Amino acid sequence: MMSELYQWDRTLQPPAFTPDYKTSILRSPRAPLLSLENTLSEVTGPVFSHNEIGELDNDLIRNYAHTGEPIGERIIVHGRVIDENGRAVPRTLIEFWQANAGGRYRHKKDTYLAPVDPNFGGCGRCLSDDNGYYFFRTIKPGPYPWRNYVNSWRPAHIHFSVFGSGFAQRLITQMYFEGDPLIRLCPIVKTIPDRDAVERLIAPLDLNASVPLDTLAYRFDIVLRGSRSTLFENRLEGN
Amino acid sequence: MPQELSYLKQTASQTAGPYVHIGLAPNRAGFDIFKNNFGDVLTTPDTLGEQIILEGLVIDGTGSPMRDALVELWQANAAGKYNHPNDTQKKPVDPSFRGWGRSPCDFETGFYRFETIKPGAVLGRNGKMMAPHVSLWIVARGVNIGLQTRAYFADEEAANAADPVLNLIEQDKRRRTLIAPRSARAGVPVYRFDIVFQGENETVFFDV
Ligand SMILES: [Fe+2]
Repeated sequence: MMSELYQWDRTLQPPAFTPDYKTSILRSPRAPLLSLENTLSEVTGPVFSHNEIGELDNDLIRNYAHTGEPIGERIIVHGRVIDENGRAVPRTLIEFWQANAGGRYRHKKDTYLAPVDPNFGGCGRCLSDDNGYYFFRTIKPGPYPWRNYVNSWRPAHIHFSVFGSGFAQRLITQMYFEGDPLIRLCPIVKTIPDRDAVERLIAPLDLNASVPLDTLAYRFDIVLRGSRSTLFENRLEGN
Repeated sequence: MPQELSYLKQTASQTAGPYVHIGLAPNRAGFDIFKNNFGDVLTTPDTLGEQIILEGLVIDGTGSPMRDALVELWQANAAGKYNHPNDTQKKPVDPSFRGWGRSPCDFETGFYRFETIKPGAVLGRNGKMMAPHVSLWIVARGVNIGLQTRAYFADEEAANAADPVLNLIEQDKRRRTLIAPRSARAGVPVYRFDIVFQGENETVFFDV
């Protein structure tokens, strides 16, 4: 059964060319994108299975612990991957990566003076369950400076990569934390042209999902492009 | 006020940033964490079809390689069948071939590179066959939303000439940006597909 995806909502998705985020200037196409109706190539995509994911892959507190646990605020991040119709996106691969509590990435290209944490790798992954639900445990990342303006700082954030079921649903985004004053100053956040769309990237504290005396929780739902029910003859697959 | 539609709003995209390797290819970021890493070799010795290499540079507006970009590839198997339940063509799935790979560009040379097989032709819309092609998705620092394009194969001249997607592209010069020339290295066919962001040879990207 094949159904077309709803189009990208360009009123809320960031355009490619956003001069206040300087790196985008030389890394944005100049010609218009060619609009293409979906074919099988777009509504299919890779399928992943549980046996490809390790037991600790969704526990960033333990998946790189060598001499002890990482420094920082212990948090759970959880939510659902759903589509624009509100339907669950089940068994989809979700990958996440982040800086440590001091705002430093474990990456050979990161030279920020905050120290690397010997017990923190900063990446994890999981599959959503049959209801699209996912969760992982980590350390709250710190903000960090970056070279855009002389004094630009990224708000604390976690990067997310999600697949969906069709390759054209492929999405990378970032989750921010409720109450962070750096969010509204960030040129990367401001590439998003819609204020409400920015708000939807901000995870609220979810005290109910916290573990008392142990770990705070934040809630982050991700909405992928929905697909159209076939009301009339669907000629996607030909005759 | 008319009735309200109840659709949810899409989550906005944000750049993958300079440290995308940590999340999607941690061994490239310089550390080992997962037992199973997703990579750029799509085939096993059992995979049916002609073994090929697809490689190229991702090039910015100054003509320089973007050494921190990451490319993902999605394709059908040698019979022209996607390994996914939405593909209802009556063709065999190759159990040894998922058809998906991920290649971070090399920090030194800038090349992305896939070891895969040449896909078969897939049925397109309105009963028209599409020429063999792979779908590519490109993310990087400075790229706010992943870019989608397709690589076609230069030795499929007749199929390319009839391809309904290539034929949507008005200018011949632009159409050629989607066609990878073929050469050989150590007896293995190599297709070269540069992804050019700006300038005279800017790649055709799709809103799909
Ligand atoms: Fe980041």
